[in-house]
Amino acid sequence: MGTFHSDKGALHGITVVVRTKAGPVFVGRCDTVTPHGVYLKDAQRHADGDDGKSIDEFLQAAVQWGHWPKLPAVEIPAGDVIEVVRLTELAR
Amino acid sequence: MPYPEEMIAPMRSELTDNGVKELRTADQAKAWLESNKDKTAMFVVNSVCGCAAGAARPGILLSLENEVKPDAVATGFAGNDTESVSYIRSLVPQAPPSSPSVYIFKQGKPVAYVPRHVFEGGHPESVAGHLQREYEKHCTKVG
Repeated sequence: MGTFHSDKGALHGITVVVRTKAGPVFVGRCDTVTPHGVYLKDAQRHADGDDGKSIDEFLQAAVQWGHWPKLPAVEIPAGDVIEVVRLTELAR
Repeated sequence: MPYPEEMIAPMRSELTDNGVKELRTADQAKAWLESNKDKTAMFVVNSVCGCAAGAARPGILLSLENEVKPDAVATGFAGNDTESVSYIRSLVPQAPPSSPSVYIFKQGKPVAYVPRHVFEGGHPESVAGHLQREYEKHCTKVG
């Protein structure tokens, strides 16, 4: 089932996880993925240990409950991105 | 700001024309849960989101063709039926606001929650399959 914005890429509108070389992960609705970076809307950033949770614990909670949209928009520079995956792919 | 009713009317009726009860106020939502406190009840947070709700609505209807399914199904529209949706959300405070989404209650207590990301980019068949697995865990009604 596609989106209304076919020019924005396959992940547009999809909730994704962005793992970064710096350590923190981001969960948010993907807007676009470009050579410059990944643009997310309504995102949440989590570093290991934030709120007493490891990154894995944070991601499993996000899979079960969703994420809190604390960042209206965020850009993760391409050079800092390890991978971008759909949140649902992390379901166990 | 609510969406124009004329815009969302077809999205409402896609569910309500197929037997899903519409709840617009918190009092209606409370009364609905109370009247189904000995049963399983599913509340659908409807949404304009084309990325997710476009598959969610037909998927939800398809899921209800399962032999085992909730005894009662109701819906409220995110952004418009703010009272009923907020009340249902308040019963599962660990879940961030998300639409479309699905809450399943058993004997008045939440037992399952399906957030928006499960519906995103999906197909009605995949949505139905996900929900039917939840029905098999929590519901007993045979259609």
